[in-house]
Amino acid sequence: MNMRSSLQRLSGRSRSAKPPRPIVIAPQDVLTAGPDASHGVILYLEEITVSFDGFKALNDLTLYVQAGELRCIIGPNGAGKTTMMDVITGKTRPDGGSAWFGQSIDLLAHTEPEIAQAGIGRKFQKPTVFERHSVFENLELAMAGDKAVWLALVARLSGEQRDHIDDVLEVIGLSARRYETAGALSHGQKQWLEIGMLLMQDPRLLLVDEPVAGMTPQETERTAELLLSLAGKHSVVVVEHDMNFVRSIARTVTVLHEGHVLAEGTMDEVQGNPKVVEVYLGE
Amino acid sequence: MDRRGKIFLLVLATLAILVLLLNTVVPASSSLHLSTYTVGLLGKYMCYAMLAMAVDLIWGYCGILSLGHSAFFTLGGYAIGMYLMREIGTRGVYGDPVLPDFMVFLNWKSLPWYWHGFNMFWFAAVMVMIVPGLLALVFGWLAFRSRVTGVYLSIITQALTYALMLAFFRNDMGFGGNNGFTDFKDILGFDLTHDATHLTLFLITAFALGLSYVVCSYIVASRAGRVIRAIRDAESRARFIGFRVESYKLWVFVFSAVLAGIAGSLYVPQVGIINPSEFQPVNSIEVVIWVAVGGRGTLYGAVVGALLVNLAQTFFTSAFPELWLYALGAMFVLVTLFLPQGVMGLFAQIQRRQRRPVASAA
Repeated sequence: MNMRSSLQRLSGRSRSAKPPRPIVIAPQDVLTAGPDASHGVILYLEEITVSFDGFKALNDLTLYVQAGELRCIIGPNGAGKTTMMDVITGKTRPDGGSAWFGQSIDLLAHTEPEIAQAGIGRKFQKPTVFERHSVFENLELAMAGDKAVWLALVARLSGEQRDHIDDVLEVIGLSARRYETAGALSHGQKQWLEIGMLLMQDPRLLLVDEPVAGMTPQETERTAELLLSLAGKHSVVVVEHDMNFVRSIARTVTVLHEGHVLAEGTMDEVQGNPKVVEVYLGE
Repeated sequence: MDRRGKIFLLVLATLAILVLLLNTVVPASSSLHLSTYTVGLLGKYMCYAMLAMAVDLIWGYCGILSLGHSAFFTLGGYAIGMYLMREIGTRGVYGDPVLPDFMVFLNWKSLPWYWHGFNMFWFAAVMVMIVPGLLALVFGWLAFRSRVTGVYLSIITQALTYALMLAFFRNDMGFGGNNGFTDFKDILGFDLTHDATHLTLFLITAFALGLSYVVCSYIVASRAGRVIRAIRDAESRARFIGFRVESYKLWVFVFSAVLAGIAGSLYVPQVGIINPSEFQPVNSIEVVIWVAVGGRGTLYGAVVGALLVNLAQTFFTSAFPELWLYALGAMFVLVTLFLPQGVMGLFAQIQRRQRRPVASAA
């Protein structure tokens, strides 16, 4: 299927169930260089298994995301969607399998902040912004760059950085509310602010967990536009329950079921797939 | 710095000048005269205020409820106390030029290695910061790396101060056992029984408090300050946007411990004694109450809280000695229930109420 997986198959590495890898702080330059997606694939998940007390949240999950792609992931509750995001962002260490960001970055060998620095942004299911900071400050904190303590003590925003924040405020439609505390925003606006924070990180890959949950139809429509405009420059993975929303944005849809990929294809192909129909309607 | 910060510094400076005038210029016969005893008491409160500010920085801004900050305060006090003990020299009861009295009493023949260097003031002054800072660094590194948070962290900080208390009670530790250090004679050659020395120490403490305020407000207003509050409010979000949460927590914790250590070093020459009872877990809890009463997350609120509670304590313990602990408990409960933002929050509320009619009229 691709070079990395075939190489690994040759060396027989990915077959054997390995213990979780230790956290190794890799040289910073590997991370700051960002992912090497020269083979067109930005995310490799291969044979990932995660179990919690015997329950397999992810079961031999294999998934590839192309650079610049907008991928939707659907699946019933408990299908492992959030666990998958946890593995990608370094929150959960899998029991087995491998996860690579491009050709060069082994996601299982890095901590959450390192993975974020390397270029993976994540939006949580429940909008999580810094409620007591202003909208502007939320974006400022999320801005890409060195995040060491001593630098933050003396940091001043350059004009260029201010412009960047202004641009993002424009994209997420919150320019007029920049000085308000984020806690005062509506639910939908918080979701956008969180997406804005992801943009400030300048990520190569955005993981977006249920972006339109609790949104009005107008807000949903705007969010769809926003995500579509991001694809291409960034790779976007969206986990969503709202089928209409998925239909409106998706080119490729992956269906997860019991921690495993059940089907993959266009929305129509997936909806016509008898296995998918059974999972969603049959029981 | 915001307007309230400037007001705070102005009040502090006025208070310091007032104390200076009332103690020296106003004759002792006048009813307005401030006795050296009162000056010492105020100096002691200012040290507590600095400690409260250190706790506010870590609790109010970073959300880490440290119930062991008195340990850092006391360690700073012990460090300066070692210098003061060595300053006594031949003026001690046993007249040994090198060994402090309690070591002679224990029949020790030579100075333990960790007492070397404390005959020099500058060395002690550096140790005042290094000892608490180093302890906070090691303790914090272990705790934050393992992601110990919330009530669990509070409990282990209590255990830390309790363990230190037990250790310092032992005579073999070489810190004077349960008697600790006392009978100090002079600091840098200035006689500690002189009124002028006490007044100077008070003024230095007031200056140190003001300086701590300036430094702390700089920190909380910087981007690092915003990161720290972000960690308090949504730790995992901060982690996922690329901040090493542990480093930030560790940094604030160590800085706060150093500040507490400095406060302790100003405290000991003024009260003239340091002993292991200062490590008591309840002391650290009291500091948290001061901060809660004053209003956390404001820095000056911590100072106001420390002063208010200690003034109340001075009043109660002389008027109704047996009631003080009940009063303290009641104060904590009332503040938690009715003034979650503390006394400072009450002021802000009153201000808003006064402004509202004006705003609606306009």
